[in-house]
Amino acid sequence: MEFIQTLLANQLVVSILLSALPLVFIILMVLVVLYTEMKVAAHIQDRVAYMRTGWHGVLQPIADMLKLLQKEDIIPTKADKLLFRAAPFIAFTGTYVAYAVLPFSSIYIGSNINLGAFFLVAAGSLVVIGILMAGWASNNKWSLFGGVRSAAQMISYEIPTALAVIIAVMITGSLNLQEVTKFQDGGIGNWLVFGGPLPWMQKLMLMPFTVITFFILFVASIAEVNRTPFDLPEAESELVQGFNTEYSGMRFAMFYLSEYANLFTVSAVVVSLFLGGWSSPFGAFMSGPVWGVFWFTSKAFLFILIQIWIRWTLPRLRVDQLMYVSWKVLTPWLFVCIFAVGLILVI
Amino acid sequence: MDLYTIILYFFAVVTLGSACIVVFSRNIVRAAFALLFAFFGVAGIYIFLLADFIAITQLLIYVGGIMVLMLFSVMLTSHQINVDAKTGTIQTLPAILIAACVGGGVIWVFWITDWKEKSDLPVIDTTAAKIGELLLTNYLLPFEIASVVLLVALVGAAMIARREKKG
Repeated sequence: MEFIQTLLANQLVVSILLSALPLVFIILMVLVVLYTEMKVAAHIQDRVAYMRTGWHGVLQPIADMLKLLQKEDIIPTKADKLLFRAAPFIAFTGTYVAYAVLPFSSIYIGSNINLGAFFLVAAGSLVVIGILMAGWASNNKWSLFGGVRSAAQMISYEIPTALAVIIAVMITGSLNLQEVTKFQDGGIGNWLVFGGPLPWMQKLMLMPFTVITFFILFVASIAEVNRTPFDLPEAESELVQGFNTEYSGMRFAMFYLSEYANLFTVSAVVVSLFLGGWSSPFGAFMSGPVWGVFWFTSKAFLFILIQIWIRWTLPRLRVDQLMYVSWKVLTPWLFVCIFAVGLILVI
Repeated sequence: MDLYTIILYFFAVVTLGSACIVVFSRNIVRAAFALLFAFFGVAGIYIFLLADFIAITQLLIYVGGIMVLMLFSVMLTSHQINVDAKTGTIQTLPAILIAACVGGGVIWVFWITDWKEKSDLPVIDTTAAKIGELLLTNYLLPFEIASVVLLVALVGAAMIARREKKG
């Protein structure tokens, strides 16, 4: 008993509290993103969306959440019950581990490991396990197809993501996300998308390739979060709801939470690798640890906004088009970029 | 017993527990999912051996890549649920012999290795850079051979896929 008490006082409680900090952020962020998504979608389609709960419906996400909490948790009779129950938790865990290495500010990062960028690529591949598990355990053909599609998609798009991360790492010379961000500190001109803080000749030569890489990373990240035009795992016009067809109540909410938390993760990856992470666009003006959090989240939110905009604008790709884009367009272009960036850095 | 020891034992239990499920489960998809957790546990233990790069590679390659492909193929080949995979015991004698040999080898390595306590070792936090340097200096030949093998495998896979389309 004694060691448990000392443990609780010293390490365990503190560790748990610290690691729960991003969870609070995720829940608040998801509420905001849900509201934004509904409103933006509605205005794109010339509607007004929620207007009744609170001012312009701002309380609607909270009402939705409370509703989901009360819903009955239905498990199909023929489902593999153990895996069916476990799947949402695994999907969310896969999403949550990535938050450990996101550099929210110059002083706040969950775990400042030296392989942060590499870890993020690995963490991105964990979510698909939960989706596959849900797809199989539901014992439903729609769900199974959703799961299998998701697996094929994630495996394909992991390659462009990893290659794009490699280019950022080649220029900055570090896998540590804090170091990558510090490298880009000091104004908008030093961001990697504009070639980073290198001599101007190198910078000019690098710029076309970094812009292409940045764009490809952004496309691949939309595919990794299964959103339109890459939402084949859910494809409501073909597969009802894809892998989460059979889910209801809180288990469905877990998938939802995981999806939106992942949306922030991939945006944060793009931001910290290519858009200077927590560094201020105006150099020393408005920079500092607290402003860092502001810049980091607002840049990430900008990308979430663009993803919402794309989702409600573009139609869905076919499966063969999806594979074509990944293997025959994005990957070869990134190989060209890796070669060119390597060459320019050596000169 | 500090937090580190508890986490180490947690990973050990996860690894061994899921490995047992892999061996004893009659449901092939459950076995595949359990194997995934076994890989995950091994990745955790790599971190305790100060091999962070290997640990993350384990996650990326085994958990995120190979296991997903394995599950993918299991799901495509099986007719939905209730897989008719052979899960009985066959070839008992060769299996026992091979298992005994592998087990003996592992125990032998366990005995001859000079195990170091956590506190003896300086914490190296740039393992990736060291691995990269070694791969391009001392171990260049194995590295190049591995890349050629991978290239051949890729070309072979593309060839097989194309032939299937024609026929």
